[in-house]
Amino acid sequence: MPDNPVACPDCDLLQHIPLLPSRGKALCCRCGKVLAINKPGGNERTLALAIGAAIVFVIANAFPLMGISAAGREVDTTIIGGAWAMWQEGNQLTAALVGLCAVVAPAGYIMVTMVVLVAARRYPSVPSWVGELLHWTKLAQEWAMAEVMMLGILVALIKIADLATVVIGLGMFAAGTLIALLAAMAINFDPEEIWTHVQWTDDGARLLANSTQTIDYQEAKK
Amino acid sequence: MTAREPMAMPSGLALCKHCGLLSKLMTTHETSYCLRCGNELSFRRHEAIQRTWAFIIAAAICYIPANILPVMTSITLTGAEDDTILDGVVMLYATGSWPLALIVLIASVMIPMSKLFALAYLLVTVQRRSLKSNRERVQLYRIVEFIGRWSMLDVFVISFTVALVQMKPLMAAQPQTGIVFFAAVVVLTLFAAQSFDPRLIWDSANSMENRNE
Ligand SMILES: [Zn+2]
Ligand SMILES: [Zn+2]
Repeated sequence: MPDNPVACPDCDLLQHIPLLPSRGKALCCRCGKVLAINKPGGNERTLALAIGAAIVFVIANAFPLMGISAAGREVDTTIIGGAWAMWQEGNQLTAALVGLCAVVAPAGYIMVTMVVLVAARRYPSVPSWVGELLHWTKLAQEWAMAEVMMLGILVALIKIADLATVVIGLGMFAAGTLIALLAAMAINFDPEEIWTHVQWTDDGARLLANSTQTIDYQEAKK
Repeated sequence: MTAREPMAMPSGLALCKHCGLLSKLMTTHETSYCLRCGNELSFRRHEAIQRTWAFIIAAAICYIPANILPVMTSITLTGAEDDTILDGVVMLYATGSWPLALIVLIASVMIPMSKLFALAYLLVTVQRRSLKSNRERVQLYRIVEFIGRWSMLDVFVISFTVALVQMKPLMAAQPQTGIVFFAAVVVLTLFAAQSFDPRLIWDSANSMENRNE
């Protein structure tokens, strides 16, 4: 329904989105916000990328990121090791935040995105719980900070390099790949396309069925 | 002039923040729900101005102990040394990696502070119903939203340093109270940015118009 107006989420301006060419973008004519991007096949690519990301995520978390050796002793750490060390040192709040941003949110983002995309492929009319999960992908994406973590690790390495010999582990290469895959997922993911197939609530469905013409604005349920 | 730019709220239309469906809100007294996803609808983010101010003030209060208190203790054979966030920057600079020192300085000190000033500026201009440079202000808000996550940098630096430097008695690193305040600043500024509603910037023009009619 290209005739329905959209409201810009950043400036509330009502406007119509023209039919977009492939990879075309529609910008808000007042504030420049990206209102729509046409991503043909974007969700198919996102699913493939998400499966890859899930595998790389397991590798990145299972193997040590890096180790140091000094005076014949060696210590290494995994991604969760950073949060675990903080927890053991009595800094539980920071540990929880690091665990959330480095492990829980990226894992949740990959998994929930996979579930959403598989469900959207399976059902011609997408069940409403998928809509709820779409909201969770947005939240998880906001708190997934793999790229910030990676820079943090590099800074920590350079600080430590003066004191001890640093060895890079397999986990580090996997984490680097994971960041690229997460970025590619974010570029290709098209939640709008899924929302157009999500089943409406009961009241919404009734309203849709009763209307004979194209609905201009949907009357909200009271 | 602005009458030629129809906005959703004056037309009684509200954008669902979950699914992006545009719905007609009949009354403002009753709670309305989105017909597609069932979430509560509102014209603007709930109590955006008060909530953003609350998070900014809380973050500003935590900013002081975050920078004064040590965030980490380094223990070596020669003794223990407490480091604040700025000491960490100075140490990076002293060891010759000034680009990294600059990155940490920007991420840990300058980003949280400029976020607080930028959001306070946006709130004050919105409360004064400013009509000027709307586009620049909305761009400022987008920058604030985009760079916020990078202040988490030092939290990760400390965590992984603590995880690796565990060779007692040769050398060890322990987190200190400052890092909790620092993490609080990061989270509170992220919440502050999420609470603000950029559409408020454009509402002033609208209310002016109504007054003139
Ligand atoms: Zn706009
Ligand atoms: Zn909705």
